[in-house]
Amino acid sequence: MSDSLTARTVMITGHGEDEIEAYLAQPDGDRPRGGVVVIHHMPGYDRATKEITRRFAELGYDAICPNLYWREAPGAAPDDAAAAARANGGVPDERLVGDVGGAAAYLRTLPTSNGKVGVIGYCSGGRQSVLAACHLDLDAAVDCYGAFVTGTPPEGSPMRSNLVDQLPSLRAPLLGLFGVEDSYPSPEQVAELAEILTANGKEFEFHSYEDAGHGFFASDRPSYRVAAANAGWEEIAAFYAAKLGS
Amino acid sequence: MCTYTTERAAIDGSAKGPNGSWFHVTDATVYFDHPVHAMAGHTLNIDLTDPSRGPSARVAVELTAASARDLVAAIQAALAAVPAELTR
Repeated sequence: MSDSLTARTVMITGHGEDEIEAYLAQPDGDRPRGGVVVIHHMPGYDRATKEITRRFAELGYDAICPNLYWREAPGAAPDDAAAAARANGGVPDERLVGDVGGAAAYLRTLPTSNGKVGVIGYCSGGRQSVLAACHLDLDAAVDCYGAFVTGTPPEGSPMRSNLVDQLPSLRAPLLGLFGVEDSYPSPEQVAELAEILTANGKEFEFHSYEDAGHGFFASDRPSYRVAAANAGWEEIAAFYAAKLGS
Repeated sequence: MCTYTTERAAIDGSAKGPNGSWFHVTDATVYFDHPVHAMAGHTLNIDLTDPSRGPSARVAVELTAASARDLVAAIQAALAAVPAELTR
């Protein structure tokens, strides 16, 4: 398999038929393959998230990251866009689902698509990955330390609720990757999520890493933990190979 | 964690922003969350902005919790040290 790839900016149709920006990375060649929607974290549609998107192309998938802040700040620097989106109250759950749905639909229209699409998100995107998989036809979902899938959001948060009432609708196998030292989600909240998924007969696989807290995949931040991140990437690669392969 | 919670204040003043230009600022947002640049897991972040000029009209700072408290104390001390009629 070649590791050559191409990455570029495209426009896709998101929630409410809005045209939004997205970053698309594709392996070279016409071999049929699955797709991955990468949900960026709250700091935005940034360089680190685009590196992750390219890594999925290197792993053999058509990968796309929608710019969730395009409406608030088209063309702005990622950090300015994130600040503007936060000042406006953040991304509503309904809009997130629409944008991820649009990104998944875009991937399925590509001539290389095998019809299967997974989703992955980090931090706030981890919760949004689970949210998307509760409402969209996806083939696999990965939650990297998303807070408030279970647990109670703080008072005054624009996020009105956790996802507990939506989990019975989860439509895709879920891989969860967590840090034992994380408080949001805490090991207790991860255990609660596992209990709920088990009770509802959902397919899931969780891994919690020692010496890792929130944000252990973020290689440009002090929270980076190389052992946990490397192990987590191995799990992601194996999970998507099983769920998104031809 | 992403704290999501954001405090807002209407402000009136100026800030020196992108390209070294001064601009009038009308809004402040304050939140404790992951920084973009500071070497800390979480920081107290302040954005001073003029939304009418677009997302890039922004001066941002990311401060450790301890230094943010020191800044608050310094601001209050500075305001308290001058005659009250100047700060009404």
